[in-house]
Amino acid sequence: MSANTLEAAAEESHGLVAHQFDDAEQQHEAATLGMWAFLVTEVLFFGGLMLGYAVFRSKFPDAFSAGSHELDVGLGAFNTVILIISSLTMAMAVHSGQVGNKKGVALFLVLTLLFGGIFLGVKGVEYADKFEHHLIPGLLFDYHGEAGAGVNPKNVELFFFLYFAMTGVHALHMIIGAGIVLVWLLPRALQGAYGSEYSSPIEMFGLYWHFVDIVWIFLYPLLYLVGRHQ
Amino acid sequence: MSAQHIVPLRVYFSVFAALLAFTALTVWVAYIDLGALNIYVALGIAATKASLVMLYFMHLKYSSRLAQLFSVSGFLWLALLLGFVLADENTRDWLHPPSGWAGQYEQAPASHDAPQTEH
Repeated sequence: MSANTLEAAAEESHGLVAHQFDDAEQQHEAATLGMWAFLVTEVLFFGGLMLGYAVFRSKFPDAFSAGSHELDVGLGAFNTVILIISSLTMAMAVHSGQVGNKKGVALFLVLTLLFGGIFLGVKGVEYADKFEHHLIPGLLFDYHGEAGAGVNPKNVELFFFLYFAMTGVHALHMIIGAGIVLVWLLPRALQGAYGSEYSSPIEMFGLYWHFVDIVWIFLYPLLYLVGRHQ
Repeated sequence: MSAQHIVPLRVYFSVFAALLAFTALTVWVAYIDLGALNIYVALGIAATKASLVMLYFMHLKYSSRLAQLFSVSGFLWLALLLGFVLADENTRDWLHPPSGWAGQYEQAPASHDAPQTEH
C-alpha cells in the first residue's frame, strides 16, 4: 500500500513529508486519492455479487423471500448497530489524531477493534446456526421452512450461496481490517506516532473501515429484510 | 496538517444518531406490505445511510473535488453494470421469436419460477 512506503520514506528522511511531495497537504491529498481509487475497485468487487443477487432475486422472488425468513432479523439489526458504533469510534480515532490526542487515537482504535470483534462473533453464531439447520449450500443442504411452501429448494440454496458469499467476503474485509490495526496501526499509535502533524494512515484506514460499514448497510436489508412483509 | 478540515465532534454524533434512526426505520418499514415497493424503500434508506457515512465519516463533504469525483466514479460504473444487465434480464419476455423459429424456442420455460434444469 502506498501509505506504507510513504511512511517508510518519511521515517528514512527523518521528516513527515516524503521527498517526492511539496508539502504535507499534497502528500495527504495523494494518499486520499489513492485510497479512493482502491475503494472504487472494492465497490465493483462487491458490485458483482450485488448484480448476481439482483438478477436471481428478480427471477426467484419467492425463494429469496423464503431464504430471508431463515435469517435472524434481531441478530442482524444488533450487528448493524455494532458496526455503526465501530464506525463512530473509528471517526473518533481520526478526530483524535487530527487534534493531536495521541492516547485517544490508540484508545479509539482498540474500541473499533472491540466492536469489530463483537460483530464477527455474532456472525460466527449465525453461521453455526445455519450449519446446524443444513442451510449451507452443498450436498447436505436441506431446506424445509414454512415460509417456503411451493418454492424450489434449489433456488433457496442459491439465496444461501449469495448470503455466504456476500457476508463471508464482508467478514473477510473486517478480519483484514482488524489485522491492519493489530499489526500496523495500534503498535505505532501506542508509540505516539500519529498526532496533529501526521495521521494520514489512521485517516486512510478510516476510509476503508467506513467502506466496510457501507457494504453491510446494503447487505442487511437485502439479505435479512427482503420479503419480511410477506 | 493545518490546512485540513477537522470535523466537529457534534457532527459525528448527529450522523451516528441519524444512522441508528434509519436502521430502526428500515427494520420497521420492512414489515409493512408495500408490494413491489418494499425493496426500493429499503435500498433508498440504505443509500441515504451510505451517503451520510461517505459525506461525514469519510469526509467527502470537505474533500477536494478530485476526491469527490473518484468516489462517485465507482458508483457510476456500478450503475452501468447493474443497469445494462438488468435491462437485458428483465426485458427478455417482451419479445417473442417469430413463429417460424418455434422449433428452437418451444422448450423455453414459460414461468420464471420453474425449477432450473440442466441443459
